[in-house]
Amino acid sequence: MFEPFLLRALVASLGLAVVAAPLGCFVVWQRMAYFGETVAQAGLIGVALGLALQMDVTWGVLIVALAVAALLVWFSRQRLVALDSVLGLLHHAALAAGVIATSMIKGAPVDLTGFLFGDVFAITATDIAIILVGGAGVLAAVGWLWQPLLRLAVHEELAAAEGVDRELVRTAFIVLLAVTIAVAMKIVGILLVMAFLVVPAVAARPLAGTPERMVALTGLIAASSVIAGLWLSTAIDSPGGPSIVLIMSLLAGLSLSWAAFGRPGQRHG
Amino acid sequence: MPHSVGAAASAPEPCGHGSGHACAHRHDGDEHVLPFDPAALISARGICVSRQGRDLLIDINLDICEREIVTLIGPNGAGKTTLVRVLLGLEKPDRGTVHRRPDLRIGYVPQRFDSDAVIPMTVERFLMLGGSYGNARIAEILAHVDAASVRHQQLGELSGGELQRVVLARALLRDPNLLVLDEPVQGVDYSGEADLYNLIARLRDEAGFGVLLVSHDLHIVMARSDRVVCLNHHVCCSGIPEAVAQHPSYVRLFGADAARSFALYRHHHDHSHDLAGMPHPSPEDDQSGPARGEK
Repeated sequence: MFEPFLLRALVASLGLAVVAAPLGCFVVWQRMAYFGETVAQAGLIGVALGLALQMDVTWGVLIVALAVAALLVWFSRQRLVALDSVLGLLHHAALAAGVIATSMIKGAPVDLTGFLFGDVFAITATDIAIILVGGAGVLAAVGWLWQPLLRLAVHEELAAAEGVDRELVRTAFIVLLAVTIAVAMKIVGILLVMAFLVVPAVAARPLAGTPERMVALTGLIAASSVIAGLWLSTAIDSPGGPSIVLIMSLLAGLSLSWAAFGRPGQRHG
Repeated sequence: MPHSVGAAASAPEPCGHGSGHACAHRHDGDEHVLPFDPAALISARGICVSRQGRDLLIDINLDICEREIVTLIGPNGAGKTTLVRVLLGLEKPDRGTVHRRPDLRIGYVPQRFDSDAVIPMTVERFLMLGGSYGNARIAEILAHVDAASVRHQQLGELSGGELQRVVLARALLRDPNLLVLDEPVQGVDYSGEADLYNLIARLRDEAGFGVLLVSHDLHIVMARSDRVVCLNHHVCCSGIPEAVAQHPSYVRLFGADAARSFALYRHHHDHSHDLAGMPHPSPEDDQSGPARGEK
């Protein structure tokens, strides 16, 4: 009943929706959306790297994402400029460098749109294998690190004083985030990948009373948005990734409006 | 026992509980590098921290022993919080070492706990983040800190005082042998202040943990302390509250009025003062002799 390309798109996006849910929640809880955005946009340099070295661009994106994340962590050690400003500088620089780097690749001209916004209907069986295997690994690691991650997210110093190894856990989280970004890049592209993580988590927050429930709701919202977005995409022939992100954003907007109007039993918004 | 620093020329008396707390009073502020005290829960030696060319901490030696309430006082910007962070291992000193007893279990109440609704989290769940505890134990500790009613509320909905008590509950639930409180009365209403210190002293008597209390508040805190360490980048003076209150460098730092009013306060053992200055009976009878280390 499904065209094979549509089925592949659906499996890949649903898989990503599930994997992205816990990471997206932690990104929101730790206010790391901009951090992730910068790492993701540096992915275009990774695309160029992958193309230049003639390997799967996922690996190029992963390498560059990890390198940029390490650079950001290093920059965050200085106290004179807020990391926020450093990120503002770097994510534009990373994008500019990426566009230049891809333009310099010899051979056929590179289709930038596909890398920037993803091409969910061009997902291959190999891509799906990468998403499912990589995703399962990320999920297992997040599950294993769940308690220390949560303790750090709630209060870093308190957790550290109680014995949580914050360097180790934070590093692990950043690696997982970079892996997810690299894996998700083909589906939603480097410009929308953080939206895929952050927007469903934002939509879930006003509806959730515990961290676990927020993750579950995030996954549910993301999965529904995938189905609705892909349907929209086939119905009006719109690009797949942006359609999914648009549906997610609509849901987040509704959820935030509800929270802003004051949901029952909540003293402050 | 790890000795990361050389032994001092003058061999100091170890932190012997048999001989009261003579030990620590001598150690603090001593310029020589002293060996670690094996009995102490936590031992800091020669701690130096400077930030942007300013010396925040200069050659700090500090021991905290079992069942001992040590209060760290000093003016704003004296380096109190930095010292606590070094002791907790949250910040690396530029020089010096901190030795923690291998069985050290810290319960920490940080200076600021921003109640943040970004993470959905009930009080009960927050408490369980510090470890796993039974239902009855959580109820008991929450009752201790007078926060039983907020157990199922969201963290982001609590008032500053409620939040502070919940964080204290999380620290106590861990069954610590060292409780570290950094200015615990911030966000607590004034009437709750004396209650909080009395509660901490009572729990110390019951559970036997050591306490490191940071404060710029003098009267109530000092009355409950076994030992007061007066910090202004270096240890100005330390000892039993009476001794510190009369020490010239304390008087210089806090003014003669503070010293006098403290002496006045110590004169009466059968009551304490609330912040309006009204005396009210102490929950415990006179047990405020000078720096009893032994029970």
